[in-house]
Amino acid sequence: MADSRLVGKNYVTPDLVAKVTGKAKYAEDFRAEGMLFAKLLLSPVPHGRVRSIDTSAAEAMPGVRAVLRASELPAPADNVTDLGETIRANPKAERALTDEPVYAGEPVLAVAAIDEETAAAAIEAIRVDFELLPFVVDPLASLRPDGPNPRLEGNVWGRAPVAPGQPPAPLDIQELKWTAADFAEYDQGKMPMGKPQVEWSYGDLEAGFKNAALVLDETFSVANNQHHVLEPRSALAYWQNGKLHIHSGTQSAVQTVASISRWLRLDPADVVLITEYTGGGFGSRATGSVQCMIPALLAKKANAPVMMRITREEEQAIGGIRPAVHGRAKAGFAKDGRLLALDLYMVGENSAYEAQADAASGGRYVSLLYQPEAMRSRAITVLTNTPPRRAQSQPGGLQAIMIVEPVIAKAARKLGLDQVAIRRLNAPEGKAKLGPANAKGERGYATSAFIKNALDLGKEQFRWDERKARSGQRMGSKVRGVGVSVSTFVGGSTGFDGLFVIKPDGKMYVQSGVGNLGTESAFDVHRVAAELMGMPWENVVISWGDTSQPLPWTCVSGGSQTAAAMSRAAHAAASDAAAKAKEIAAKVLGGSPASYRLADGRVFSGGRGMTLAEVARRAIDMGAKYDGHELPDDLNKVTATAATAMAGQGLMGVARDTYPRDGASFSFVAGFAEVEVDIETGHYAVIDYTAIGDSGTIIHPRAYGGQLLGRGVLGMSHALSLKTVYDQHYGLSLTQRFYQSRPPTILDIPRNMKWEAVNIPDPETPTGVRGIGEPPVAAGACAILNALSDALGDDVYRRAPVTMDSILMALEHGRPMQDPLTAHI
Amino acid sequence: MSHDDANPMLVTPAGVSRRNFIKGVVAGSVAVSSAAYLFRGSTPLSGQARSGSVERLLTLTVNGQTRRVDVAPQETLAMTLRYKLGLTGTKLGCDRAECGACTVLVDDVPRYSCSVLTHAVRTQKIQTIEGLASADGTLHPVQRGVVEEQGFQCAFCMSGFIMATVGFLKKNPNPTREQLAHGVSGNLCRCQDYDKILTALERGAALSREVARG
Repeated sequence: MADSRLVGKNYVTPDLVAKVTGKAKYAEDFRAEGMLFAKLLLSPVPHGRVRSIDTSAAEAMPGVRAVLRASELPAPADNVTDLGETIRANPKAERALTDEPVYAGEPVLAVAAIDEETAAAAIEAIRVDFELLPFVVDPLASLRPDGPNPRLEGNVWGRAPVAPGQPPAPLDIQELKWTAADFAEYDQGKMPMGKPQVEWSYGDLEAGFKNAALVLDETFSVANNQHHVLEPRSALAYWQNGKLHIHSGTQSAVQTVASISRWLRLDPADVVLITEYTGGGFGSRATGSVQCMIPALLAKKANAPVMMRITREEEQAIGGIRPAVHGRAKAGFAKDGRLLALDLYMVGENSAYEAQADAASGGRYVSLLYQPEAMRSRAITVLTNTPPRRAQSQPGGLQAIMIVEPVIAKAARKLGLDQVAIRRLNAPEGKAKLGPANAKGERGYATSAFIKNALDLGKEQFRWDERKARSGQRMGSKVRGVGVSVSTFVGGSTGFDGLFVIKPDGKMYVQSGVGNLGTESAFDVHRVAAELMGMPWENVVISWGDTSQPLPWTCVSGGSQTAAAMSRAAHAAASDAAAKAKEIAAKVLGGSPASYRLADGRVFSGGRGMTLAEVARRAIDMGAKYDGHELPDDLNKVTATAATAMAGQGLMGVARDTYPRDGASFSFVAGFAEVEVDIETGHYAVIDYTAIGDSGTIIHPRAYGGQLLGRGVLGMSHALSLKTVYDQHYGLSLTQRFYQSRPPTILDIPRNMKWEAVNIPDPETPTGVRGIGEPPVAAGACAILNALSDALGDDVYRRAPVTMDSILMALEHGRPMQDPLTAHI
Repeated sequence: MSHDDANPMLVTPAGVSRRNFIKGVVAGSVAVSSAAYLFRGSTPLSGQARSGSVERLLTLTVNGQTRRVDVAPQETLAMTLRYKLGLTGTKLGCDRAECGACTVLVDDVPRYSCSVLTHAVRTQKIQTIEGLASADGTLHPVQRGVVEEQGFQCAFCMSGFIMATVGFLKKNPNPTREQLAHGVSGNLCRCQDYDKILTALERGAALSREVARG
């Protein structure tokens, strides 16, 4: 797209004016005739079992219309994937309500009443008798030989052994304890490393350590981080003609219909989801929120629309948490800084529900990012009585990189190497390999990697050498430090569908199934289709966020998939429509289709041509594939249904992305930070930050910069402030509101940050695009951590966030004073 | 045109007109007027209204218009705006003065409407995000700055930031980037898009000065 008019250019997205005028409607902004309000009864205990519930007083209250108990929820349904594979429902997975709460704040029942005050009064009038059960909020405490279990059956997910040749047993909760000997080094602050659940390796680890000039063995903890989405997961539901209409935020309009219909055991055709605007997801609303079934079921029971407004405390309980990871990294370096061997062990903290795979998956990213010659990755995910863990921007990658980056920084200092240079030396390039070998002995690899270019560009932009020269110098009680970090995460998936129709009015009507989180990918990816069609942008009309409209099969807007996956799909649909337009023109005007070009809303060859409006009219006359009456065989059934509904309206572009891709897409970021620490108070300020992206072609620079810096600040919040705190004795949260665990404000970050991009197209995708949502996170987090150790020396911190008091204590005692192994402090 | 005609969402038990009720129903994509879903029902339930929860008819000045509305003593301005007056551009992110998403102007001063009782502002001028653009749809310069610079991502915090900025600029029409950051430091953005937001608001400040100069 070298001579592009749209791709790579800034523009005003079609949702923006509605947002600035307050007309954009989020879930809680809708109203329905006769709307009731729901309130939840939340568990006051971290683990308990309902012995009895008396709702009689509540139900007798005037204005109370329905009470919903856990026993009234439909049984969990199996999930049949896109490929026809059946994933059996997990009976012990998270549900919307429960009679055996496994964390404090878990919803137990719900009430619908004519107004919220009545509903709240009804909740107060309900008597619940809980049998208290054992609980634990610390994963390492649960792994001790006599440690408590978060569920009656145990503390980890696993599969029972089966006879050879039998299908694997379903996932179930099991007990796993380490030995007392495993905990021998615990009191020295060294993470115990007992039996793991997941283990892989490649290369000769022992030889690597033997040949190393420097071997480091470091323990480090990354805290839990609540998603803190600003729009709580409120939802409005009502039933009309047997169909459920639901207003709720999500990261995928299309795929959330599938999850809602599975939760409620409905035909997907009977679910209409309206989700034009979503106030933040960050992974926590991938395919909606299971709690949205509460207003749906209450609405059915009360025969009236139900609005469930979620409060901030409720949001902090049910909204999701990035799992904390305790990590230990043993790393062997050659004299020149090359990473010869890396032995990584990660203990992931989880809720008592489905396991979030952060600890298990993080090693792959590290293996790609630093290309260790030999590596072993071990991990275990331990259940605790804390709220559900959900994917959060750069899941797994963030924690693993946060555990390894300080080790790289320390090694560079010990070996007398420049921090940028050591990362460049170890950086991946081209089709770099990652992870363990498969059954055939082959290791996977990236489609491309240009992180070395990003480091070079950043070094120049940030004036690294100049700033480095002044780092460590005292100015009164202040001392400055500079830090650099690299980061990576997956950057795109494949195989989704594109769909649009050019109608006789000359306009291109695009159906976007992407969830609108404000990253603007819901719109940006369609610039690719408009570009290929030669369609002026002002003639492109995008529909999104209403599943009663025909929408194509679309990826979840998460894991940095969308920009790559859906621009490929848009490219496929536009290539389909362009070929059809040329065939029509050749048929009407003569010549060969190949001689025609598309530009300015026309298809033309030399002196002859016609408008796309005319092409649309001809397409309707010609029918068949031209107007969507005949469809490609390989479309997803969701797309086929949508395309059938749109057939006969004009020239249809519809296709599945079947473009080849050699390797898996990964994006990269290099982050550069300068901090100033006051050694008398322990307070520090981030003075400056620059992020350089390597994620292929950029579609929309402003949106891209917003992700690069915005996600970078999310990462900084891991270094600066955010964590969860749980009382170990009562199992209750002490971080229920923003003032107890506050995301950075505009004053906590540099006032003038900079971003830049390598902007080299990915060779394995026709649009050249990779996603950028995730890798900025670890770059932001670790650039701060590394700048702090640059300013203060090694051995100041052993867990993040790094708070003022921990800096002050470490400076006073000359060694790190934090306990890196206790959870939730 | 009477003010009722100009305000199809204005529905009070005392002053609802059939015509406006129907217009209210037609105006919303899913529904309706506020009468059907009052947050705290204005009709006492079988004579069991809790003491202290009796609503009083107030006259408020919102976005330059006089609005008559029944308000309970404990009702916050955010709830009145959102659930009685249909002004849902004002968002509730925390409901406890921590995030700033509900910021509106009260006599030109940015206030967290989640933490202001409606009864306390009945003599004051209230301005919300819906009141910024001109009647002909011309955007306020701060709104234009956001559009031109693609400020914000999910935008749930956006109306609060914009109202805080408009209020700040009334007293500080020519702020530096640093001063402007302080002016909106009571607003949280979890997309953490602060850098782009600040650039957009700075642009809005510059456009505001252009407008002021004529």
